[in-house]
Amino acid sequence: MEKRVTFKGWLLPLLLITPQVVVTAVFFFWPAGQAIYQSAFIPDPFGLKSQFVGWGNFQFIFTDPYYLASFKTTAIFSLSVTIVSMGVALWLALMADRIIKGAATYRTLLIWPYAVAPAIAGVLWLFMFNPRIGVVSWYLDKIGYDWNHVLNSNEAMLLVVLASAWSRISYNFLFFLAGLQSIPKSLVEAAAMDGAGFWYRFRTIVFPLLSPTTFFLLVVNIVYAFFETFGVIHTITAGGPQQATNIMVYKVYSDGFVGQDLGSSAAQSVVLLFVVGLLTILQFRYIEKKVHY
Amino acid sequence: MTTISLKDVKKSYGNLRVIHGVSVDIHDSEFIVVVGPSGCGKSTLLRMIAGLEDISEGEVCIDGKVVNHLEPMDRNIAMVFQNYALYPHMSVFDNIAYSLKIAKTSKAEIKQRVQETAELLQLGDYLDRKPRQLSGGQRQRVAMGRAIVRRPSVFLFDEPLSNLDAKLRVQMRLEIKRLQRQLGITSVFVTHDQVEAMTLGDKLMVLNDGRVEQFGTPVELYQKPRSIFVAQFIGSPSMNIVPVSEGHRLPNGAVVDHAVPKPQHTGELSLGIRPEHIDIEPASDVRFLIEMAEQLGANTLIHGVLEGSSAPLVVSLPGLHTLESLDASIGLRFQPENCHWFDTATGDRL
Ligand SMILES: Nc1ncnc2c1ncn2[C@@H]1O[C@H](COP(=O)(O)OP(=O)(O)O)[C@@H](O)[C@H]1O
Ligand SMILES: [Mg+2]
Repeated sequence: MEKRVTFKGWLLPLLLITPQVVVTAVFFFWPAGQAIYQSAFIPDPFGLKSQFVGWGNFQFIFTDPYYLASFKTTAIFSLSVTIVSMGVALWLALMADRIIKGAATYRTLLIWPYAVAPAIAGVLWLFMFNPRIGVVSWYLDKIGYDWNHVLNSNEAMLLVVLASAWSRISYNFLFFLAGLQSIPKSLVEAAAMDGAGFWYRFRTIVFPLLSPTTFFLLVVNIVYAFFETFGVIHTITAGGPQQATNIMVYKVYSDGFVGQDLGSSAAQSVVLLFVVGLLTILQFRYIEKKVHY
Repeated sequence: MTTISLKDVKKSYGNLRVIHGVSVDIHDSEFIVVVGPSGCGKSTLLRMIAGLEDISEGEVCIDGKVVNHLEPMDRNIAMVFQNYALYPHMSVFDNIAYSLKIAKTSKAEIKQRVQETAELLQLGDYLDRKPRQLSGGQRQRVAMGRAIVRRPSVFLFDEPLSNLDAKLRVQMRLEIKRLQRQLGITSVFVTHDQVEAMTLGDKLMVLNDGRVEQFGTPVELYQKPRSIFVAQFIGSPSMNIVPVSEGHRLPNGAVVDHAVPKPQHTGELSLGIRPEHIDIEPASDVRFLIEMAEQLGANTLIHGVLEGSSAPLVVSLPGLHTLESLDASIGLRFQPENCHWFDTATGDRL
């Protein structure tokens, strides 16, 4: 039986949903509509008049080697951020699940990074790894490694991945810990009595039972890496060096607002719109059937 | 061939002591039942044997070897949990086969042993199902199967029947007993249900507030309870405890039959008498005021008080009786050979 609130009239429900509808319309439908509309035009650099080009902008971006490279960069970046932040968070959650004393303090400390805004997190990591004055690069220099993410693309990628993953660990940690604590203790104990060691238990009991949480986090983290890491990229590398960290979201900004190529930028936004749609469908599918075993 | 011995085993959670020194020797193939009210420390004791709980003080030995610091996986003990703890994402087959896979048993042997076990427990048709597709009784059997299949040296059961309905409970009780006999594996079974304890155990350990009240065969516990606690806990309906003063006087002033031996003791005395050990004797001084009758079929339980006092008493009479078929006040005789004497202050048997 479904439990839902039913209203007699229609005025009150209408009133209740109006703010949400207005917010969605102003901040989502309107800009999305604008993006779709603009993707069919090429405005002149002064924004005085624009020329209709149909699919032209899309044809352009999908043959543009820089845009295709950005696809690959985004894939590598999102996957790395997701794996690093989820991996570290899971490991921390496993440890936190085991300790009893001081658990509350430990958890609170682990949640703090979540409160740090992406741009601030970016600056934090930027300072630590600054080739000239950063504390980490200083130590790296001591052991004979010359760190310079301003010139080296791999190092730049590594740094934005670390900074982005770091601010996400807390969030993942909370979900993993809740997931772990919802697994009945007796299951793990039964497995131990059956002769399973810690890793075998993790592999055969804990991880499978955690899979709904893991799947949920996977989608949420990919969405994060795709769209919410703008601040980190912007403060640390601004997409460079040589576009090595120019992920799709950042490219929309840099092509449109820095490069003034509004047509291509709008087309790129529409592509991203599709990606968001796909991820959202995936997530709703998941929510529909929560139990995977 | 497995023996277990506990030597002055204690358990504390911080400052809270929950097991106050338990010592017991369990022989090979014996079926021991630990029984006591909820919260007395039964599960804690069992979990210390299993290795799931640290032992604060004392020693747990299996086959004469101290196992205090062995991990559960190294003790070769199987345990059936109260909620069964079946792996929800695995089929019945995989649940039962889990321990064998860990032990690196060959595929063919796993298949054969799981099938054998499933036959034994009438689970043959359910091997492909997931636990959530099974009834309570079937889940219970899978939990049993998981324990049996590895041929452990010890079985531990933590109230495995408490989630079943009454009829299934009786059936599974017999099945567990039969299996244990057949396999001859040393077992410790925890329950709060004294009927389950009496019917299952070769020996019973009555636990009260983390202390062993008595350890012995069901008959010993029934016939010679060592304390008022055991006397009232074992046997259904439970034993009547009546305060007795100087000169064999009951609370209402009546004098108990002088054939009932009274121990030499100074201090407050209590007389224990089971409902089934009281007979009707019309001429007796001990008058009983009837308040209620419960017909159980083969016998009738009569509830009431000793006339002239408020001391409650339960009498079990063979056959069917009703309030109408009995007089309001009847004379009683306590069977002298079945009277138990206790020190009221300490609760100890005299
Ligand atoms: N992890 C724990 N921390 C603190 N106290 C506990 C813990 N586990 C059990 N206890 C206490 O120990 C006592 C015995 O518990 P338990 O062995 O589960 O009782 P039983 O199984 O006989 O019902 C209870 O008073 C319980 O509150
Ligand atoms: Mg218990």
